[in-house]
Amino acid sequence: MAARTRYAPDRGLTARMTATMFLLGLVFVAFVALIVGLMSHYGASSALIVFVAVVVGGGFAIGSLFYSDKIALRTAGAVEVTPEQAPELHGVVDRLCALADMPKPRVAIARSPIPNAFATGRSADKAVLCVTDSLLARLNKDELEGVIAHEMSHVAHKDVQVMTIASFLAIIAALLIRFSFYGELFGGGGRGRGGNNNGGALPILAILMLVSIVVYAISFLLIRMLSRYRELAADRSGALLTGQPSALKSALIKVSEGMNRIPTRDLRAAEPLNAFFFAPAMKLNARSSLSTIFSTHPSLERRLEELDKVQQQLSKAG
Amino acid sequence: MGFLDTLLGRTKPVQPKLDDLFALPSAAITLEAGAGFTPTGSGSVCFRPVEGRSFADVQKDVTDLLDMSAGKEGALPVEVSKDDYGFTWVVDSRMSSEIDALVTDLHAVNSALVDNGFGPQLLCTLVAFRDPEERRLALIYLFKRGTFYPFAPLSGEKRDNALELQVKGAIGPDLKWEQDLGRWFPVWGAPGL
Repeated sequence: MAARTRYAPDRGLTARMTATMFLLGLVFVAFVALIVGLMSHYGASSALIVFVAVVVGGGFAIGSLFYSDKIALRTAGAVEVTPEQAPELHGVVDRLCALADMPKPRVAIARSPIPNAFATGRSADKAVLCVTDSLLARLNKDELEGVIAHEMSHVAHKDVQVMTIASFLAIIAALLIRFSFYGELFGGGGRGRGGNNNGGALPILAILMLVSIVVYAISFLLIRMLSRYRELAADRSGALLTGQPSALKSALIKVSEGMNRIPTRDLRAAEPLNAFFFAPAMKLNARSSLSTIFSTHPSLERRLEELDKVQQQLSKAG
Repeated sequence: MGFLDTLLGRTKPVQPKLDDLFALPSAAITLEAGAGFTPTGSGSVCFRPVEGRSFADVQKDVTDLLDMSAGKEGALPVEVSKDDYGFTWVVDSRMSSEIDALVTDLHAVNSALVDNGFGPQLLCTLVAFRDPEERRLALIYLFKRGTFYPFAPLSGEKRDNALELQVKGAIGPDLKWEQDLGRWFPVWGAPGL
């Protein structure tokens, strides 16, 4: 179609996200190369540890992908609602699905004093969208639509899959740290029986642990960075879908204000779900730059800035 | 959406399909023969407005255009209203026999939005029907899918699913139907219905 479009992608964001994913891939390849190198050098004594870590890690990843919707709903204490029970919420979701040409996700409501929303599920067909009752109470229709458009963009971008695959490396590294730690503690007995690989087991486990720690630290930071870029991407796509970046901005401000007013004890209970939330429920000290590297969501200021760009793009005349 | 777009988290807004709308006039004849429903002559286009000046300008141009053509041919001027969900409905009313002209009008609104780069904002087009018992029925065209579905509201936010399925059967293959029933969403209180 020759029709011109006002919806050009954000090249800067695309470039940063590509770079992050490239680095993550690089760490992964380096990690695999190191392990293969270690094993061929020291013999196969550690191959079993690595094999078990990959199998268990893979199991974790696939399990969390398959049960992501059920786990998230259970953790949040959310209940699925029918169109009769929540006609307005379903109305908003119906319209956005028709605008975006997406299958309709299941809709759930969680009782919580934290105004927030999340979407999860391993594919667009199996997606479930959950909002808290305090979000419904606090936001007006336009703002609610903005939040839901943001969450639907997560579904469209397949963020659950992407983040699960991205976390795979970190899961394996974490398991290897643990296994090689126990291997060193209890490794003495095993060595006695084997006999011929005597002496090789101890240094290789130490090296394996060290490598895993480094890989874990780097991939952890990269995953967090990727998560922040994907939040910005979802903000952008959501605002373009509704055509109302300002409504999303005011929703963001209201939700972050709501967060700050809630006591921290409640917030910690919601922490495992943080990566899927609309706004992070647990905040590290807000102003330090360290908290920026570690957090799953970009700062409010950053998100508002990016939405300003969308607003200018949409209102450009001609 | 391609693999790369998914990976990089950039959604391409979906462009609407406009052409299948022109199947409506012949489907209306089949519907009258098969189920006794006739067009009321009113139809509407529903879209999500974009904030800011440039969309407001486009919207004004569109309604001015329709009003001008209405003035010439003795039809009513268009009405613009906003629903509870923030969507705008442009309602065009003609004589009940003028379904061809109605569809042309609606198409003019759609293509004006598309030409100005706001195609992704189009949600649906609705054409209203009545039967001799005054039962209400709408045929709704989903822009992004290029498909139709029937919507028969009863009083009190209930819908007559049996009638909807009957209408779908009566028209048969004249229209491209939306096969996913989950997308047959209700449009309560739609203007022009």
